[in-house]
This record gives sequence, C-alpha cells and structure tokens, in this order.
Amino acid sequence: MIFDIKKETMPREELRELQLVRLKTQVERVYATVPFYRKKFDELGIKPSDVKTLKDLSLLPFTEKQDLRNHYPFGLFAVPRENIVRLHASSGTTGKATVVGYTQRDIETWAECMARCFMTAGAKRGDTIHNAYGYGLFTGGLGAHYGVERLGATVVPVSGGGTKRQAMLLRDFASDVICCTPSYALHLHEAALEVGIDIKKLPLRIGIFGAEPWTDEMRRDIEGKLGIKALDIYGLSEIMGPGVGIECVEAQNGLHMQEDHFFCEIIDPLTGESLPEGSVGELVITTLTKEGIPLIRYRTRDLTSLSFEPCTCGRTFARMSRIMGRSDDMLIIRGVNVFPSQIESILLETQGLTPHYLLIVDRDGPLDTLEVQVEVDEKLFSDEIKNLQRLEQQIQKNIKEFLGVSAKVKLVEPKGIARSEGKAKRILDKRKDCKN
Amino acid sequence: MKVDQLSIFLENRAGRLAEVTKVLSDNGINIRALSLADTSDFGILRLIVSDFEKARAKLKENGFTVGRTSVVAVVVDDTPGGLHRLLEMLGKHNVNVEYMYAFVQQSGKNAVIIFRFDRIDQAIEILQQNGIPIIPGDKLYAM
Repeated sequence: MIFDIKKETMPREELRELQLVRLKTQVERVYATVPFYRKKFDELGIKPSDVKTLKDLSLLPFTEKQDLRNHYPFGLFAVPRENIVRLHASSGTTGKATVVGYTQRDIETWAECMARCFMTAGAKRGDTIHNAYGYGLFTGGLGAHYGVERLGATVVPVSGGGTKRQAMLLRDFASDVICCTPSYALHLHEAALEVGIDIKKLPLRIGIFGAEPWTDEMRRDIEGKLGIKALDIYGLSEIMGPGVGIECVEAQNGLHMQEDHFFCEIIDPLTGESLPEGSVGELVITTLTKEGIPLIRYRTRDLTSLSFEPCTCGRTFARMSRIMGRSDDMLIIRGVNVFPSQIESILLETQGLTPHYLLIVDRDGPLDTLEVQVEVDEKLFSDEIKNLQRLEQQIQKNIKEFLGVSAKVKLVEPKGIARSEGKAKRILDKRKDCKN
Repeated sequence: MKVDQLSIFLENRAGRLAEVTKVLSDNGINIRALSLADTSDFGILRLIVSDFEKARAKLKENGFTVGRTSVVAVVVDDTPGGLHRLLEMLGKHNVNVEYMYAFVQQSGKNAVIIFRFDRIDQAIEILQQNGIPIIPGDKLYAM
C-alpha cells in the first residue's frame, strides 16, 4: 500500500519539474532570509535567478555540520523565532550541539513523511506501533510518534529503557510494528526471554530500525530471532529527523528517498564533484520544502549510492543503498580506499559475529601499514593456540581477498570499546602524527 | 570425572601474568596446576585452581577473557614407560591429545597429568576400562 500514491509514484520527469520549482523557491528563501547563505552566494557571485535547471545546483555552496555549530543556536533559521513551534538538538558529543527548528508546516511535512515511511514498511491504519525511540531533544521518538498518528495507527509512546516492561507491553498490547535501534531490538529479544516472552511468538510482524549503522548479517539475525521483517530507515536531524528514506517491504532492497522534499546527490567526498547514478560517494541533501531551517547541499558525511531503477513496489523515488560508512572515516591505505564498515563485514563473515576491533594505520618507510586488532571475547576465545592462530590467518586472508590490502591481524584483550553506541573509536591513524 | 580448567587469554606484555596471579592471590585462590602456551602476540594461561567459579568471576571482573575447558587428570606411575603405555592405549582408539601438562605429587611416587582430549568421553571410558586412576575435580581442587 502507498500512502500518497500521486507523489510517491510520480513519473520521474514530473518529479524533476516539481523539484525544480521547489528548489527555486528555496534558494530565493534562503538568500532573502539567512545572512549566512546570502554572504556565501555573494562571495561566489551567484544570484538565486542563476538557478534555472536542477543541474545548476552544482553552482551552489555546500553546507556543513560545522556551519550549524558556528551559528549556534538559531543563526541559520529562516523564519522569525515566533514561527518556530519545536526545537530539537543533537547530543553534541562530538562538538557543540546542532540545533534545528520546525515551523508548524515543517512538523506536518515531517509527520507526512513518516506516515509514508510506515506504510512503505508495510504498516497500515489500525496497526499498533510500539515506539521505543527516545523521546526528547533526539528527533527519533517524536518524529515516529507524529508519523504513526498521521498514518491513523495507534502509537505506544514507550520511549527507551525499562526493557523487561517493554517486552510485557509488546505482548499485552499485541503490537504489530516496533521502531527502535537495531541493537535495542536484539537487547529487547534477550530481556523478553528472561521474563518468559518469546517475541517470535507474538503478533509483531515488522521492525523499523535506524539511528545507528547496521549490516545485512544483523538484519538476518533480528529477523530470525524476532520472527519479523526488519526494515532500514534513514534520517538526520539536520535534514528533518527519521523518515528521509526507508526500505519498502516488497523489495527490501535500498531505501526510497522522499525526493519531493529532499533533493539527493552523491558527490566525491574529496573533490566535491557530483557523481553519476550508481557511484559510491557522500550523500548530499538539499531540503526542498523546509521552512524553519532550510539547508542547501548539506554534506551528510554518509557514504552510499543512489539508484533510479524502477522498484517492484511501484514507487518512483530513488533508492539509496545501505550506508557504507562515513566519509570522515575513509582511510586510504596504499592507494586503496578502506572503510571500517568493510572490515566489520569481513569480521562478521569470518566469525559470524561482530567482535570489537580497532584499525591502526601507520607508515613503515614509504609504505602504509594496516594492523587490525580484534578483541578476543568469550565467544571468540579458544584454549587452543592453533584455533586462535587459524582465526588470525582467516581474517588476514579475507581482508586481502576482499579489499586487496595486506593487514596484520592481532588478537588483543578486550578494552571495553562500546559496540552498540555507534560512536566507538575504530581508527587510529598514526600517519597523521608524522606529517608535521 | 572431568576437571574444570580455566583458560585465560593474555597479551604478551610485561606484568600481565602478574596481574592474574594478583587477582588469585587477593581472593585466596590457590593454583593446583598450570601451563602457559604462547605465540609472539598472545598467550593462553591454563589453570586448575582451588575454586573455579570464584576464580572465573574475579578474573572476569578484572577484565580478563576466560574460558572453561573440561580436562582429565590422570595418575601415572612415576616410572619409565608410565606415560608411554597410556598414550599408546589412547592412540589405538584414535583419541587425540590436544595438549597436556604434568605435575608430580608430593609423595614423589606418582605424576599427575592433565589432558585435553579431542573426544573426552571416549577417553575417560578407555582409561576406566584399563584401570587407570583418574582424579575427579573435587579431589583435585582440594589437593
């Protein structure tokens, strides 16, 4: 089922026309109301009227997360403060928090995007949706909440925590859909078993998971254990929150981006050049309808690719492949691009579980060296040397085979790298220290 | 008839072994037998201790990766050929020894050998059928 059949199945030509009309309006709006953009445009010698086709977007400057921080808290808002009805903010763990503001219309657009997402994932009017995303400044909880209501389903605003109780509510309310982070779904599964509830036996049929990176292996794990379809949802507070894109339950192959509201490009993270369909690069989004804090060519730092191939579900919106990593995490080792997520996939394939790991890049004379430290936890541990050495060799061989890079694999004792936080330190690039 | 052996993963760095012995010492745990296997990067310390559960819990609390392995403690005559007869017996039945280590009891008459077999249940059966004395866990921990 499709929530907004007219928009979501629009022929791509028509969609392009709609995007262009909206883009022009947006460019005029930011030029007129946000001094930051006016200054940037002026410096580049660009006037809003120079944007005549969608291709002209490449004339426009990028916006970076640092720009939001530099204008903390409200410097990039495009409407008077009294028109802002809601504020959200990021946690600010990697710097000053980024603050975003929504007008009443923005909240409605957001709810609509989320409602579309729920239906894309296979939820429908009348379903009960267990919302375990955190409520508060984080956009996950409230974003999903308004979407469920807009869909016409029942929301259980359970937020995070109290996991055993959540398991009981999931059973007692017979929820059809759950939204939370993928790692929380696994945690909930275990906690439920402790209180004698097997989620697999509940009516629950769909899980909508996001807010942290996950893999196909983890998807299979969740689907097997919980007996549901697990779907990937994408969003970021700077652009809106959850609901920028989601997988459809029919194809479960790439996330449909809500292109009538968000113009998506893929660029080379090093040169900034736009890349053609199918290329892997950094996702850049221009908000086409946002009023509170419209952003032009926002660099998400997320690495992915886009496909415009028609989808079996009938939606014409472009599909984004699963996020492969962060452009700020990309390592170039002896000329080969390496992402920590690729190493993680190899570890997963080698052992069938995600061990904690650290990549150490160094330089031996003119040559880059890569050491992959893998923490030995109880699941990996063996009391026999030969088993552990075999494990080292297998990982080494797989890295060489899949990435074409020789790495030294070293088994180390656990140092408490947090796995589910999604902000674990994965890279130690010692080459940076020897540059100066 | 099986004995619980603690296996501990250790990185090869100075003082790391002493950290294990400190945890055991601080908790009044006695070591009955031990062996250390190592490579250039890491080692595996195998221990039979007076209180397996307590030792495991305390080592885990202190951040060590520990495993439990079932091994067999066999009493072997402290005379030439004592060990050989035993290994021959097992070899005939295709039971493989993954690793082993030994200590001599106070009396000096017998040696105790700790075996890790690939097929432990079959190994125990063969030893019992041939009248080889096996020291059960409870007795070994309290020795």
